[in-house]
Amino acid sequence: MRVLMFGWEFPPHITGGLGTACFGMTKGLAKNGVEVLFVVPKAHGDEDQTSVRLLNASDVTVDIDHETERSYWDRVQYMEIGSNIIPYVGPEQYEIMVEEQRRHATRGFRSSVFAPRYEFSGKYGANLMEEVARYALIGSSLATKYDFDVIHAHDWLTYSAGIAAKETTGKPLVVHMHATEFDRSGENINTDVYAIERCGMEAADIVITVSDWTRNIVIEKYGINPDKVITVHNAVEPSDKSLDEYERSGLKNKVVTFLGRITYQKGPEYFVEAAYKILQVDPSIHFVMAGTGDLLQKMIKRVAQLKIGANFHFTGFLKGNDVDQMFAMTDVFVMPSISEPFGIVPLEAMRLKVPVVISKQSGVSEVVEHALKVDFWDINGLADAIYGLCKYKAVSDVFRKEGKEEVDNLKWEYASKKIKNVYELAINKTR
Amino acid sequence: MRSLCFYFQVHQPYRLRTYRFFDIGKRHFYYDEYNNRIAMQRVAERCYLPMNQLFMKKIEQLGSKMKFAISFSGTAIEQMEVYAPYALESFKKLVATGNVEVLAETYSHSVSSLMNKDAFKMEVAEHKRLMKEIFNVRTKTFHNTELIYSNEIGADVAEMGFDLMLTEGAKHVLGWKSPNYLYVNAINPKMKVMLRNWKMSDEIALKFGNEKFNVDDFVNWLNSIPKEEEIVNIFIDYETFGEGKDASTGIFDFMNYLPEAVLKNTDFQFVTPHHIADKLQPTGVFDAPIPLSCRDEERDLSTWMGNDMQDDALATLYGCFKKVKASKDEELMRDWRALQASENFAAMCTKYPNGTPYDYYINYMNILTDFINRI
Repeated sequence: MRVLMFGWEFPPHITGGLGTACFGMTKGLAKNGVEVLFVVPKAHGDEDQTSVRLLNASDVTVDIDHETERSYWDRVQYMEIGSNIIPYVGPEQYEIMVEEQRRHATRGFRSSVFAPRYEFSGKYGANLMEEVARYALIGSSLATKYDFDVIHAHDWLTYSAGIAAKETTGKPLVVHMHATEFDRSGENINTDVYAIERCGMEAADIVITVSDWTRNIVIEKYGINPDKVITVHNAVEPSDKSLDEYERSGLKNKVVTFLGRITYQKGPEYFVEAAYKILQVDPSIHFVMAGTGDLLQKMIKRVAQLKIGANFHFTGFLKGNDVDQMFAMTDVFVMPSISEPFGIVPLEAMRLKVPVVISKQSGVSEVVEHALKVDFWDINGLADAIYGLCKYKAVSDVFRKEGKEEVDNLKWEYASKKIKNVYELAINKTR
Repeated sequence: MRSLCFYFQVHQPYRLRTYRFFDIGKRHFYYDEYNNRIAMQRVAERCYLPMNQLFMKKIEQLGSKMKFAISFSGTAIEQMEVYAPYALESFKKLVATGNVEVLAETYSHSVSSLMNKDAFKMEVAEHKRLMKEIFNVRTKTFHNTELIYSNEIGADVAEMGFDLMLTEGAKHVLGWKSPNYLYVNAINPKMKVMLRNWKMSDEIALKFGNEKFNVDDFVNWLNSIPKEEEIVNIFIDYETFGEGKDASTGIFDFMNYLPEAVLKNTDFQFVTPHHIADKLQPTGVFDAPIPLSCRDEERDLSTWMGNDMQDDALATLYGCFKKVKASKDEELMRDWRALQASENFAAMCTKYPNGTPYDYYINYMNILTDFINRI
């Protein structure tokens, strides 16, 4: 079986969970004997319009050295399309960022701690919707050149490409909802984005959601027929890294970490407020907010206002090894997301034996047992859970041990098996 | 004869390095050594050496008629010792002529006077000791960081044994009164207060080179001052010469011709602050119940305090003063002084364009966390 997959990022060039998920999924599919043609936009702009090449070790830094796994990679082809599409950014924000980037480029000044991760070639339009259309155009022409059985599109930016490919080839389309516009923007959604999401799901033969939380949103808020919406929970790649490979925290006290984009969806405010409550009781605990986003300045201001700056640290955007390094220094990991379709970061933390507190409004809470679960808005509950894991060794020890075991069994190999089943279902449907 | 008093500030803070969360508890070196060295060597080359040379020449030519005052921050002296010892030698020679009064200030150019009286006292005492050690002088005239002053600070400084203090002739405090007189502190009348004539000081420091302004203009301006006004105080950052104002603006020529022109064409003579304060009678009270400074149009404290980040950083830093003092640890004391530099808090100010106050705050607090951990 062969699948044409439209994504938007691929490790090691990642900005969030989607890239990591696609990486694991692709690998899992390869293990299940599925061949993948993976298409991603790339914002460099100086390469050929459609540079097609085979994935090799120099492109990906993760896990590729394993002799045993190398054979699977022969089943994956990786393609880049010259485009400025970037993940996790809405149309309005996109314009602002392009503008910012232009100004920064002329000023030649870069903030060292929070250097923007995004780079624009400046060659393409500043309008995200145009870019989406562009991607779709190239995607459909690409589809005619290759032979495959099913199309798989990840999130709204690639839906147009998926639909176009389906129209040109008549092959079944599976769309994968990793996040909905409601997760990103709350109730004040961008209606253009909503329309594309809905259109993609309507056109799809099957919709995969990453959790039942997301499945409900898709059914209730997009009016999609429940019969064709199937939940496949994300998984996580088991890590052979151990904590011993990393530096431990230089602080004598407990470290509590938030790691993710600092945006509305992730609930950073609740983390700050809970930190303040805990510090009233135990002023020795330290809190770290790792990541960047449009609420970063607001969070810094709030921390200063609460006068907890000596115990509350910001690291800026972390990637690769720095993320695991951060976990190695962490005693409790917190994900207070307001609406989290899945949320893979807690699994990465658990993998390194870090106890976690997660919000009930997350997909990941559907699959893990050994985590404390609270409502995101319940600051007292959040503070309680964090404090408990910091203070009571009996609980945190169990979470460390059992949590790791639990996560090690959430393999992409199994999740990808389910995705393969979905493909078969979709193919049968269109026959 | 009326009096013209020039005073120059020589200061360099320690610039801090990027200090990440991951460094806390592991690496205790906080400074950007490269940039500190570059900055010090650059200012020594462009300003300290040529300007000292110019003044040496003037003193040789004019003898005791050429007098002025300089204030050195402790952190500037420390960095000169390490990165530009030749500049320090040059200053020593200049002070040894006896025509230069060395002023007292806070060791680290800090805002301790606003935060903690004991910390303030310690800063002043350490600075006094350093001036004795380096220049073999006993300082008698105090000027606070960026001329920060209030009635209370003036009284605190009097308690430390000073009887003259320099501050800003701020319009909002002076009202109709002229800065060109000697005043006294509102709490302790034994403390005399000399005021900066900001109009002329800024004329030189900010406008020189941008607008037509030469020695004749300066002389004419002096002559236009009512005859009964007895003293004009021009306080300028020493760096203005060569750094703030590039040599190509003609600022060195300006300072070269100015002394003779003043002596020949006006009834002003050059004086040092303490010398003249002994001779003049104070004419009134300078009443500043609310602290003022010489910074920005507002002449207030908003450069260093008032926003949440500045207030958190300041409260955290001065909150550990007692423990630092009790530790009697020389390395801790050294870092304590560097971390106090007022520039750290000015960099967290959100009122200036092109700043990175949030980044600075985060970085500073990381360092502070490590520092507190060590105590």
